[in-house]
Amino acid sequence: MSQRHTISILLENEAGALSRVAGLFSARAYNIESLAVAPTEDPSVSRMTLVTTGSPEIIEQITKQLNKLVDVIRLTDLNQRDHIERELLLVKLQVSNKERRIELELLAETYGARVVDNTDSSCTVELSGSRPRLDDFIQAVGTDQIMETVRSGVLGLFKGDRVLKV
Amino acid sequence: MGERLRGAEIFVTALADEGVEYVFGYPGGAVLHIYDEIFKQDKIKHILVRHEQGATHAADGYARASGKPGVVLVTSGPGATNAVTGIATAYMDSIPMVVFTGQVSTHLIGNDAFQEVDAIGITRPCVKHNFLVERVEELASTIKKAFYVAATGRPGPVVIDLPKDVTANVTEYVYPETVEMRSYRPTVKGHPGQIKRAAKLITSAKRPMIYTGGGVILDDASSQLTHFARLLGYPVTNTLMGLGAFPGTDPQFIGMLGMHGTYEANMAMHQCDVLIAIGARFDDRVTGDLAKFCPDAKIIHIDIDPSSISKNVPVDIPIVGSVSNVLDDLIASIESTPHRTLKQDQDPWWQQITEWRGRNCLHYDRSSPLIKPQSVIEGLYKVTGGDAYITSDVGQHQMWAAQFYPFDKPRRWINSGGLGTMGFGMPAAMGVQLAFPDAVVACVTGEASFVMCVQELSTCLQYGLPIKIINLNNRYMGMVRQWQEFFYDRRYSHSYMDSLPDFVKLAESFGHVGMRIEKPSEVETAFSEAFAIKDGLVLMDFITDQTENVYPMIAAGKGHHEMHLATDDRELA
Repeated sequence: MSQRHTISILLENEAGALSRVAGLFSARAYNIESLAVAPTEDPSVSRMTLVTTGSPEIIEQITKQLNKLVDVIRLTDLNQRDHIERELLLVKLQVSNKERRIELELLAETYGARVVDNTDSSCTVELSGSRPRLDDFIQAVGTDQIMETVRSGVLGLFKGDRVLKV
Repeated sequence: MGERLRGAEIFVTALADEGVEYVFGYPGGAVLHIYDEIFKQDKIKHILVRHEQGATHAADGYARASGKPGVVLVTSGPGATNAVTGIATAYMDSIPMVVFTGQVSTHLIGNDAFQEVDAIGITRPCVKHNFLVERVEELASTIKKAFYVAATGRPGPVVIDLPKDVTANVTEYVYPETVEMRSYRPTVKGHPGQIKRAAKLITSAKRPMIYTGGGVILDDASSQLTHFARLLGYPVTNTLMGLGAFPGTDPQFIGMLGMHGTYEANMAMHQCDVLIAIGARFDDRVTGDLAKFCPDAKIIHIDIDPSSISKNVPVDIPIVGSVSNVLDDLIASIESTPHRTLKQDQDPWWQQITEWRGRNCLHYDRSSPLIKPQSVIEGLYKVTGGDAYITSDVGQHQMWAAQFYPFDKPRRWINSGGLGTMGFGMPAAMGVQLAFPDAVVACVTGEASFVMCVQELSTCLQYGLPIKIINLNNRYMGMVRQWQEFFYDRRYSHSYMDSLPDFVKLAESFGHVGMRIEKPSEVETAFSEAFAIKDGLVLMDFITDQTENVYPMIAAGKGHHEMHLATDDRELA
């Protein structure tokens, strides 16, 4: 039974650490659905959120193999508990007339999105939220109006006081 | 305050401080500063090989025999790529090695400079870890970390990529006494609760089986394993990598298991009710078809690497920790509670095993007018008193050596089990002989494997290494031919070695002694003559029966109980 898992990883912020993770996934034929990584408040540590799919046995192997990488400090499977997942979407839309612009602004407001750039013929909207919410928004806007989109990959952490720390 | 040293001086000083005895290497542009420092000192000895693959296998053989990390130094570009096969070989068998690859100067990295290659990228999938040293200030601490990572936990090769300018730059030299890495802390002590559960299951077993692998040897836990097995009186089988961890001549030892394991070992695996797996990783050559693997057994698995547990076979009681620690705790737990010892002459399980043993699955035709390869291994056992270091290459000869030379001590059987690297045997024997200059070291090989690293005969002459090379020459890539006979209707596609060299002249041209042995009646005398030569290498070219196959054999997709036995006993088990 293949399931989607979101794995949160603290790793040494060193050259090559990202390619060790990516290389592990390709070498062992695991899936990566999305991957987001950036340094934390401690610049020696990066935090990665990785979304993958697999059977429980494969997910167990993935977490063990990740833990085995010398650069990985600690990791957790967020799916073990209640957690929050967010993704950032930037979408550039064609705006042919005033009515359309008003319509878009209303839609953005409904979804809690912000217009971050405007020209005579286009408008760029920023939205963060869960993946389904972002998908809904794109659906609502209509794909024929979209000039381009970019999404960050999922970020996640546990709900409540539980944290992933070095 | 430490002394101010150039990177190249730091390299040799740090290796000396680490207690390194030998560096196996080959010079080139990117490592010339280092070679200049090697020239000026006498603390570490450099062994000049003839090809970088030879350097990695030699360091690997040194590590397998001595237990100390092997050290390699090669130049950038082709030096690094030639070393990759040896690095991957060590990685698959968890052998501690530190490999230094030269690199172009930092300002040239990424410019497609002369002899530049991304050694870090190329080696990443086949090392335990690798480091690029960008500043000379990091050099000493990186070397310390590399040796620590290579030799602790589940051991493995570590690569240090060393740009040329780093070896020229100067800094204060301090070699750290200890290493602390927050991201690398192997679990060495087994969980007490798991040990208790395991002890209970072990002592309640009716048809127990102890299955051990290379992990016992890597952790120097043979005495614990022997104590543990004798305490219980349980049958022991070893993987190819685990041979010698338990005495091969002990009545409790029932042979190697797996694809070419003994009938009794594989049948006992199939019918056991409790399987105690120790430092073994359930490799596909061991398990056969996973769906048919140990159908009735509860499985206990002791391993230092959590990712080995339940990777191929689901396990009932996993214990993560070093084999020696866990066995110490298990022994204490078993000894402190009432337990029995299975007696071989009384217990029904042993009676069953004795019956399987009666099949004599390793029998072969001893009246053949041709030299049977098995008889050569038996002759080797006899002439060495069973007490030599034996390296091998890969193929039929490797399996015959594993089957017909019982190893009573660990670290005596040295072969490429995981990667199956042809060409491993002779360079590995060089490393073994350097680690133990007074020991008898023999390399069992075949004519196809041997020529893959034949250039190292020159290294053997340079350093006076009196290795005995046992070439089982059947003019075929024997294992390939065997598979083609069984599974490809005898279409022997490119498994025939046409235009082989005259191995006697080949040995002589390299300054060694060569012998050709063509009749069974000559085998024993030839061995006596060759092994009487204590100060020189002898290449013994045995012209063997071309049609001989390795039995028993479990074909792909078959279970342990579905072995092929020898042709004159060819019903399925």
